[in-house]
Amino acid sequence: MAEKTAIAVHHVSKDFILPNESTNSVKSRLISVFSGGRDKSVDIQHALHDISFEIKEGEFFGIVGRNGSGKSTMLKILAQIYQPTKGSIHTEGKLVPFIELGVGFNPELSGRENVYLNGAMLGFSEKEVDAMYDAIVAFAELEPFMDQKLKNYSSGMQVRLAFSMATRAQADILLVDEVLAVGDADFQRKCFDYFRTLKKNRKTVVFVSHDMNAIRDYCDRAALIEKSELVMIGNAQKVASAYSKLFIPKDEASTSDEDTESRYGSRDISIESVHARQTSSDGAGKILINAKLVAHIDCENPRIGFSLKDSFLRPLVGTNTKLEHFKLGKLRVGQHFNIQFELEDIYKQGDYTIDFSVEDEAGTMVYDWWEEATSFWIKKDSNTAFVVSPPVTISSDDAA
Amino acid sequence: MATKPIAPKVFYRYNMRHVRQFTQRYQYSIILLKQLVKTDFKLRYQGSFLGYVWSLLRPLLLFVTLYFVFARFLKVGDTIPHYPQYLLLGILLWNYFVEVTSGSVGAIVGRGDLMRKINFPKYVIILAGSFSAFINLMLNFVVLSLFMVAGHIDISWRALLIVPLIAELFVISIALAFFLSTLFVRFRDVSYIWEVVMQVAFYATPILYPIAKVPEIARHLVVLSPLTQIIQDARYALITPQTETIYTVNNHQSWQWAIPIAITLMLAVIAGTYFRSRSKYFAEEV
Repeated sequence: MAEKTAIAVHHVSKDFILPNESTNSVKSRLISVFSGGRDKSVDIQHALHDISFEIKEGEFFGIVGRNGSGKSTMLKILAQIYQPTKGSIHTEGKLVPFIELGVGFNPELSGRENVYLNGAMLGFSEKEVDAMYDAIVAFAELEPFMDQKLKNYSSGMQVRLAFSMATRAQADILLVDEVLAVGDADFQRKCFDYFRTLKKNRKTVVFVSHDMNAIRDYCDRAALIEKSELVMIGNAQKVASAYSKLFIPKDEASTSDEDTESRYGSRDISIESVHARQTSSDGAGKILINAKLVAHIDCENPRIGFSLKDSFLRPLVGTNTKLEHFKLGKLRVGQHFNIQFELEDIYKQGDYTIDFSVEDEAGTMVYDWWEEATSFWIKKDSNTAFVVSPPVTISSDDAA
Repeated sequence: MATKPIAPKVFYRYNMRHVRQFTQRYQYSIILLKQLVKTDFKLRYQGSFLGYVWSLLRPLLLFVTLYFVFARFLKVGDTIPHYPQYLLLGILLWNYFVEVTSGSVGAIVGRGDLMRKINFPKYVIILAGSFSAFINLMLNFVVLSLFMVAGHIDISWRALLIVPLIAELFVISIALAFFLSTLFVRFRDVSYIWEVVMQVAFYATPILYPIAKVPEIARHLVVLSPLTQIIQDARYALITPQTETIYTVNNHQSWQWAIPIAITLMLAVIAGTYFRSRSKYFAEEV
């Protein structure tokens, strides 16, 4: 496809000069002049280093990275809020100049006045806001509250109003930073609907988020920024997986005997590897957790278990061989063996991690306890807002 | 700065786009300016019982005070006809100057949160503050004109001079506003320094006292200050032709009138250039 480039980023670097002490006063400047130069009291922070990429017209482009990786700085440079220290940015088409909702909202003003103020920030004249005012209020579902001061709004109401305004922005390129982190399920659905509309209208969207579900669902491509560098760019699914793997401790593959915070035990029986996968995404499939283990002692019926955690590391389900009355039998020194847990795939779409453990039969001795031994992605064709969706049977007597 | 060579055709499109962006941006500034000035006025008297009436009450009460203290008790301006009105005009112009300059020192830093979230023409912030103060000045002039009518002051063709004088005052105030607000981003001492400067300047400028009371040597210098020139000329235009202006003080040396105007224009150029060169870094420096 010969698509046009909407945003071209050429070798962009960004350094921030951070004053060590307060160089914000004339006195400290004077002192530093007399003590031979002011460079001593300055720290340079490299927020971005030599980043180049292109975003095509009509593309939904994700930027992911950990906190402090530089992804928000990147977005601010795209929005021309920050100037790049080196390199340049070219954009084709009108760019929305804001990266957050409700820019310029003033708590002392009424909802109505804030609509006009925020509208001006988005570049709408009073007449233009007049014309769309009713629609904005209706979309935010705030009709009875428009003459109240914004400070009396709940945060959810403020976000609704802000989002309703933002959807009016007329631009070819939109920049979105973490909107989905706020708001209830209903609001999130509205956001997603809006994103779908944007996609349909072939708008170029740059989307920064920690929510890999949203990245996978909406983005065509994504870029992963880690420690100020662009480490990966391409297919959104792959980038999202790479991002999720950043959170798995580096000693993942090793079977080293050294204890770490997330892995400890005597290693009389040690875990060589853990893998988890989903058999199908239609909701009727299974989740298979496979582990390879090796015994370094003779033993009988070790207690092997796992727990499944969601992306917030909340344990959702867990069990072990003892609870399930599964007996492994006798194991000899040097024996390699595999174990598989199979469970119903009733979980919502998202990133999951597995903790895996081996203990002795009585559960008094930890052989190998490995937190976040692996992570995997559960995809769902039809997703719900609920954490789990076990099969539900509905019945009714024929009362009618 | 693009690394790739640019083809001529692309270059043409690039130019056109910049023209379009320029007009769009200009339009955006006007829309923003309007809303910011409106917001400023809404917020200024919000929650006060008398609201906008305070804009008129303040100069009124000021006038009463001045009248009793300076015209009745101290009798400073015995030699000047309509001294209370003369005094009031001077104070109104000075207050406008202080409101714009002192008010703007922290204006850029105060909008730091906004600047980190949205890219907009930063000069709008300073313009908005300046326009708010200007509207206030116009309201004050309404009160002044009432006192002028009450004091039987004749309006003559000289009154037209007030238009370019106010324009000059607008320019020098906003020039300093641009300069100070930019400087404040880097040096937070500016607000204290400016406070002191304003206090000294208030007494160094013949606002409360007639210029004739200034010693002969200093007088020739004092009239070269744009603020003195503006205030004295405005008094000459609106109150009484007996006002001492730069012409009368410096023995009708006609070329000297150019000095305060030159200072004003120079300040405007310096401040404008300085603001322009720094404004793109405001978002990260405030």
